[in-house]
Amino acid sequence: MDEMHKPSRRAFLRGSAAVAAGTVAGAASAQSADPLITDVQDWASITGAGVDETPYGMPIEYESHVVRRNVEWLTASPISSINFTPIHALEGTITPQGCAFERHHSGAIEMKKDDYRLMINGLVDKPLVFTYADLERFPRENHVYFCECAANTGMEWAGAQLNGVQFTHGMIHNMEYTGVPLRALLNEAGLGAAGDLRDKWVYVEGADASSNGRSIPMEKALDDVLVAFKANGEALRMEHGYPVRLVVPGWEGNMWVKWIRRIEVSDTPTESREETSKYTDVLEDGIARKWTWVMDAKSVITSPSPQMPIEHGKGPLVISGLAWSGHGQITRVDVSKDGGITWETARLGKQGDTKALTRFYHDINWDGAPMLLQARAMDETGYVQPTKEQLRDVRGENSVYHNNCIQTWYVNAEGIAENVEVS
Amino acid sequence: MSKSPNILLPALGVTGIVLGGAYGTMTRGYKADEAEIARAHAQAAQAQLVEQRAMASDLKTQIAMVQDTAKAKIAELEARPAASASLTAPAPEREGAFGLGREALVEELAAWDVDVLPDGRGLPIGTGNALDGEELFADRCAACHGDFAEGVDNWPVLAGGFNTLADEDPVKTVGSYWPHLSTVYDYVYRSMPFGEAGTLSPDETYAIVAYILYSNDLIDDEFELSNKTLGSFEMPNKDGFVIDDRPEAEYAAWSAEPCMSNCKDEVTVTMRSVFLVNTPEDGGSESVINDATPEGLPSFTAAGASFIPEAEAQPKAAEEVAAVAAEEPVNEAAELIAAGDKVFKKCKACHAVGAGAKNKSGPQLNALMGRKMGSIEGFKYSKVFKAAAEKGRTWDATSLSEFLAKPKAYMKGTKMSFSGLKKDSDLEAISAYLASFSE
Ligand code: HEC
Ligand code: HEC
Repeated sequence: MDEMHKPSRRAFLRGSAAVAAGTVAGAASAQSADPLITDVQDWASITGAGVDETPYGMPIEYESHVVRRNVEWLTASPISSINFTPIHALEGTITPQGCAFERHHSGAIEMKKDDYRLMINGLVDKPLVFTYADLERFPRENHVYFCECAANTGMEWAGAQLNGVQFTHGMIHNMEYTGVPLRALLNEAGLGAAGDLRDKWVYVEGADASSNGRSIPMEKALDDVLVAFKANGEALRMEHGYPVRLVVPGWEGNMWVKWIRRIEVSDTPTESREETSKYTDVLEDGIARKWTWVMDAKSVITSPSPQMPIEHGKGPLVISGLAWSGHGQITRVDVSKDGGITWETARLGKQGDTKALTRFYHDINWDGAPMLLQARAMDETGYVQPTKEQLRDVRGENSVYHNNCIQTWYVNAEGIAENVEVS
Repeated sequence: MSKSPNILLPALGVTGIVLGGAYGTMTRGYKADEAEIARAHAQAAQAQLVEQRAMASDLKTQIAMVQDTAKAKIAELEARPAASASLTAPAPEREGAFGLGREALVEELAAWDVDVLPDGRGLPIGTGNALDGEELFADRCAACHGDFAEGVDNWPVLAGGFNTLADEDPVKTVGSYWPHLSTVYDYVYRSMPFGEAGTLSPDETYAIVAYILYSNDLIDDEFELSNKTLGSFEMPNKDGFVIDDRPEAEYAAWSAEPCMSNCKDEVTVTMRSVFLVNTPEDGGSESVINDATPEGLPSFTAAGASFIPEAEAQPKAAEEVAAVAAEEPVNEAAELIAAGDKVFKKCKACHAVGAGAKNKSGPQLNALMGRKMGSIEGFKYSKVFKAAAEKGRTWDATSLSEFLAKPKAYMKGTKMSFSGLKKDSDLEAISAYLASFSE
C-alpha cells in the first residue's frame, strides 16, 4: 500500500494532522500521527468473516470479560446458588439474556416446548391443562420489567462487603417480555367457583426439582402478572425458565417462578418454604416481616464503580447509573459527589417505563479530587430511596432481603473506586 | 465545518430530532435529501412530544412551537377516538372462554396438586415417628444436613437456634423460625433430598419430619406424626411474623422532598470494602481480604475533600501489606508463624484451622503437613483433588507452596477460587503457620 503514496505527500498529511489537532482547544494533542489512521490496517485491507460463520452470534472476544460471575463461597453448591449480572459494563436499560443473572434452587433444567404442560386448578370452574402451543393462541402483550432478587445488596447489611457493583447490585435484569396476562388464563378456567375474589390467592409452582412455590394475592394476579414465553424478542433462556416463566412486575424475583407448571386458586396462602423460611425479613427484635413482595425504589451508579475506574484523568466524566422501583416509574434521581452533603438532579436517559430499569446520567467536569459518589432515586409515589442508616434504624441489621440503601463509592484521585460505608 | 447541525441536539431526544430537521431545512443545499427524511421523521415523532419536557431554556421558543404542533396532532387524534385507542391496547379479554386447553384429569390433579396448606389440608394419609425417621434421615439427609440436622459446611441447619432471632446473626432453623409444620412436610416431600426430589413416600416423609421435630426437642420419640396430628401442631415461632408494614413504618416517613444542599456538615468513610474481588478471564471471581483501613482517607464537607491523599490510600490487596511485614528481618520461627497468621486472613473466608476447625467452603486445614491431598471426610472435592487422593499424594512445604503460588495451574480444575500468593515470603510464612497446627 505504502508505495501508492509519494513520500512527500505523506509527510505533508502527517504534518497538517498534528497542527490541526494542536489547535483544537481542550482536545488531547497527538505527539505524532496515529498509525491506526496513517497505516492501512489489516481490517481495511483483507476481508472479514463471512455470513453464517456464527449462526447465533456471541459478543466479540474483546468483550469476553462482560459475563455473569458468581462468588463461590456464598453458597454450598452452584446448583442452589446465584450469580451476578455485569451491570458495571452494560449501558442503556435492556439486559441481554446471556449475561442476565441466574438464581436456581435445584439447577437450570432442560425442558422441550413439547413436554411443557401448565395446569390451572383449585377454586376454578373447570381445571385446565395447557400446552405451550395453547399459550401462543391467547392474545399477548409486551412489557419491559426489571426482575430483582430480594437478596440483591443483601451482603451489604453487614457493611461494605464486596468490591464491585456487579456483586453488590447485580442480582437484577431488565427484559422485554412477551406473554399472556395471567388474568386471561384464570378467566379461561373460570373464577366463578372462587366467589369473592378479594381474599383469594393463586399459588404458583415450577416444574424443577425445587418446585419453588409462592402464593400471590388475587389482586396482583389479575393486575399485571404475565405468563411469559419470550424475552428480548427471543425464546427465554434455559436458565431463566425456558419455555415459560412467570413475570410478577415490581415484585421480588423469587416469585417469578421459572418453568411454571401449576397455578392453583386458593382461599389461603400456602405458606411455602420460600415464603416463610426464606424471603421473610427478621427485624431487630426477632419478629419477621412476611409478604414483603414489592421491591422499593433503588438506584446505583454503575460507572465509575470499583470495576469501572476512571482511566482518563481530569475533565469530562460521564457518571452513569440505573434506577428502578417496584411501585411504578422513576421520576427523579439525584447524584452526590460528597457523600450526601450536596445533591444535584441527574438526567434520565429516557422517561422510565413503569417497574423497569431507568438509566440516568450526570455529566461532570471532574477536577481530579476524591469523591464520595452516591445516587438517590425517587419514584412516582414520592418515595425517596433511604440511606443505610435509615434502613437500619427501622429494621436493624438482621435482614437479608430488601436492602435498597443508597450506595457509596469512594473515588480517589487516581480514579479508582471502592465500596465504602460513610458516616 | 458547518455540517454537523448542533452538538446540543443529541441530548434532546425527540425534540432534538425535530429541531434537527428544522435546522436541516435552514441549511438547505447541504444534504437536502436528509433534511426531507428528517422532516418526515419529525412529523411521525410529534405524537410523542406531549410527554417531552423542555430541557434547555434558551430553546424555549422552538419547543413551544413544536409543542403547539404536537397539541394540534393530539387534538386530531382525539377526534378519532376509536382508531387511536386501539393502537396500544392491552390484550383483549373475553366474556366467555377462548376454548383453549383441555380439562385436567383426576389422576393428573392428584399427581401435581400435592401442596399442603397450613391447616393440614392437602396432607396424604400416613404416619411416622422419630425413631423410624432417624434411620431415614441418616441415610437420605445427613450427608448435607448432619446426623442431628445441625448442618454440614454451608448446607442448611435444620435444628437449634432457639432464642437467637433477635441476636446479631440469627440462626433460622425449622425449630427456631418456621411458623407452620405443614411447610416442612410440603417442602421435604416435594423438594428433598436435594438431587433426588420426589422420591419419599408419605410415611417416610412423616417419619423424617418427626425426626426433625425431635432434633429440635419439640416432640419425644414416641410421638406419632400423621395427617391427623400435623395440621394442629403448633410451632414455637408461629407468632413471630407480621404482615409487611413498610407502608406505615417506612413509606410515610421516607416520602418528603429530600434535602439538596448542606444536608450534613461533614462525611467520613467509616468502613472500606471487606473483600476486593478479582474477576479472572476464565470466569467466576476471587475474593481477597482488603487490608486497607479508612484512616488516611479525606473527610468531606460542602467544600469537597479535606485533602488529596497520596496514592497509598487506594484499596490494596492484603498480600502486599503482609509482605511488607514479612520482609523485615525475621528469621525466628515464631515471627514467621506470626507473619503466616496474617497471610491466613486471605484464607479465612473459606478455611478454618485450629481446635475444633470445621469445613467451610474449603476443607479444614489441621495437621496438613503429611496429610493426604483431598482426604477430609465429608468434604466434596473437585475431580482433580479426588484424583490426587487416589494417587496417595501428600502435602509438604514444597507441594503446598507450589499449589498456593498458582492454585489453578498446580491443580487444574480445582474449585478453590483463589488467585494465589505472589510473594515467596508469604508462601514460607503460610507453610510455617499451617505446620504449627499439628492436630
Ligand atoms: C445433597 C445435599 C442435600 C441432601 C442429601 C438433603 N438436602 Fe435438604 N437442602 C439442601 C440444600 C442445598 C438446601 C437449600 C436449597 C435451596 O437453596 O433452595 C436444602 C434445604 C432443606 C430444607 C430447608 C432449609 C431452610 O432453612 O429453608 C429442609 C427442611 C431440608 N433441606 C430437609 C432435607 C431432608 C429432610 C433431607 C432428606 C430427606 C434432605 N434435606 C436432604 C441439600 C440437601
Ligand atoms: C474462596 C475460597 C478459598 C480461599 C480464599 C482459599 N481456599 Fe483453599 N480451598 C478452597 C476449596 C474449595 C478447596 C477444595 C479444592 C478442590 O476440591 O478443588 C481448597 C483446598 C485447599 C487445600 C487442599 C486441602 C486438602 O484437603 O487437600 C489447601 C492446602 C488450601 N486450600 C489452602 C489454602 C490457603 C493456605 C489459602 C489462603 C492462602 C486458601 N486455601 C484460600 C477454597 C478456598
